[in-house]
Amino acid sequence: MTRVSTVAPDGGYTFAYLDEQTKRMVRRAILKAVAIPGYQVPFASREMPLPFGWGTGGIQVTASIIGREDTLKVIDQGADDTVNAVSIRAFFARTAGVPTTTRTEDATIIQTRHRIPETPLRASQILVYQVPIPEPLRWLEPREAETRRMHALQEYGVMHVRLYEDIARYGHIATSYDYPVRVNGRYLMRPSPIPKFDNPKMDRSPALQLFGAGREKRIYAVPPHTEVRSLDFDDHPFEVQKWDQACALCGSTASFLDEIVTDNQGGRMFVCSDTDHCDARVLAGHVGSAAGDRDPGGA
Amino acid sequence: MYVAVKGGERAIEASHRLLEAARRGDPAVPELSTRQVSEQLPRAVDRVMAEGSLYDRELAALAIRQAAGDLVEAIFLLRAYRTTLPRLGNSEPVDTARMLVRRRISATFKDVPGGQILGPTPDYTHRLLDFRLADIAPTHAAQGEDTVQRDRLPPQEEPMPRVMDLLGREGLVEDETPAADEGQPPADITREPLRFPAGRDARLQVLARGDEGFLLALGYASQRGFSNTHPFAGEIRYGVVAVAIVPEELGFAIEIGEIELTEVQMVNQFAGSDTAPPQFTRGYGLVFGHQERKAMSMALVDRSLRGRELGEAADSPTEDEEFVLYHSDNVESSGFVQHLKLPHYVDFQSELELLRRLRSEFDPPSAQAAE
Repeated sequence: MTRVSTVAPDGGYTFAYLDEQTKRMVRRAILKAVAIPGYQVPFASREMPLPFGWGTGGIQVTASIIGREDTLKVIDQGADDTVNAVSIRAFFARTAGVPTTTRTEDATIIQTRHRIPETPLRASQILVYQVPIPEPLRWLEPREAETRRMHALQEYGVMHVRLYEDIARYGHIATSYDYPVRVNGRYLMRPSPIPKFDNPKMDRSPALQLFGAGREKRIYAVPPHTEVRSLDFDDHPFEVQKWDQACALCGSTASFLDEIVTDNQGGRMFVCSDTDHCDARVLAGHVGSAAGDRDPGGA
Repeated sequence: MYVAVKGGERAIEASHRLLEAARRGDPAVPELSTRQVSEQLPRAVDRVMAEGSLYDRELAALAIRQAAGDLVEAIFLLRAYRTTLPRLGNSEPVDTARMLVRRRISATFKDVPGGQILGPTPDYTHRLLDFRLADIAPTHAAQGEDTVQRDRLPPQEEPMPRVMDLLGREGLVEDETPAADEGQPPADITREPLRFPAGRDARLQVLARGDEGFLLALGYASQRGFSNTHPFAGEIRYGVVAVAIVPEELGFAIEIGEIELTEVQMVNQFAGSDTAPPQFTRGYGLVFGHQERKAMSMALVDRSLRGRELGEAADSPTEDEEFVLYHSDNVESSGFVQHLKLPHYVDFQSELELLRRLRSEFDPPSAQAAE
């Protein structure tokens, strides 16, 4: 497969599906979100032809910022070939006719669910996150009217208490993904369900990070070079996951690994969750313990 | 051997082919036409139009066929189409007092001006399967052998005023709540995100396209004590109303069509408060098509949600505005519940790693006791 592919757009739709008025409305929300890092901007989210909860927020953000000169990459769980990533990439190939890619370096817009690519992002790239629940305080306080008030007053003690209770009970903070962050020293923000492994990549990233929650009708943003700090305590500093294993395909010891059950006896292997990163390493000659089981670059 | 989710694209294409075959069923059986669905499954069409919030019988019937009879999926199809339509203008408010009434009953008065009109209702049928329907071969219909007897409705001489308006003259029922910001255009939940506290205009819009099953359960819960509204069915009416617009270049109203509506006015006991004398209060339901179960549920829930406004305790889920309004849309809830089908390998892996670590540090109580 070629790494960059273009499909003829479907003539029946507006460019990137959304009508221009809707795109303008979404862009206004994005501008406000960029101006107030970490603040959740309500927007008039539309029904999309894909179900709510399946990336409609990210899709609306991408549809509103994408242009004909863009190259789009879509990942889900770090991989370009998971079914929903395939479906969303096909949606934009069909309605916008933009080139798509699996290579992180070649993309100008990367829409993601649950991961940040291992390859560091550049200044000209935009990372669009699909967000299921935008409100970091939601599981502590179910009411929106109340959580908006708590943000206004920076009443975030309840989150620190929760993390402290984890430490008291387990000896660790028992949050492994969707780990709460403080943006630019002001708003508490939910990074979407990325593993906390990815949290440090958000901090002062040169890329623009946009977050779209379609069903919950919220957009928020982290502008380039903005401080994103994962909540922690002086005596319990934030730390990320580590594996005893290396990737079985590319030998990487620095990437997030997926665990794969390989037989009925419960045999396991660990491989990179970021398929593009793994393929690139294999192409560059790195080998893991199970090298040869996978066709590099195949997707 | 390494088996990953590869070839997603081909798998999706194959899945679409299987879906289409499942929808079509046995090719030896003639395919349903959209017109057959819209004519012979009108209540399914009504529900899809109401919750899809688009009044178009043909498109709703198409959606039902395409969704193989899965009404929530059909509602989603219609809603996704609706959102692409341009907004050409706003209609004048429809006047249900001028409805061409096909059915109208009041449970609060034995007789009312215009009379009780039973109309087409399954209420007094005995729910016995009618095996004659099973025997009717499609060829008979094709030959025009129609066994259904059609009564001609007597023409409606004059408009039938709404029962609640008659009661209102005595001051025993509260006035229809005027919008707090009279003159302002009403909320539009399709163009603005919902905010709380929501006005009654936004609330009624959410309820009108809310999931019938969810509202039915909430309305039922409100009758069983999760709320305290003591409702009577003041009036239930179903019929046809004209829709009019005022084109800017004309400056006067012209009728552009008609729609079927079901309207329910619930009347509820109210003991009065510091600011209001004892009087009956109202709950309101209005739905596309002939959907009494939905319209009655909507009216019950509307009244429950007025608890705070009327100074009631309002501590039940049915009286909790965020709980009800945020969870009544089945396009949203169906999508989010089913998104759990999507891969969550990464989150799950993170939890596995954490759990293994916690377990490795866990000292079983028995081991401690043995020391």
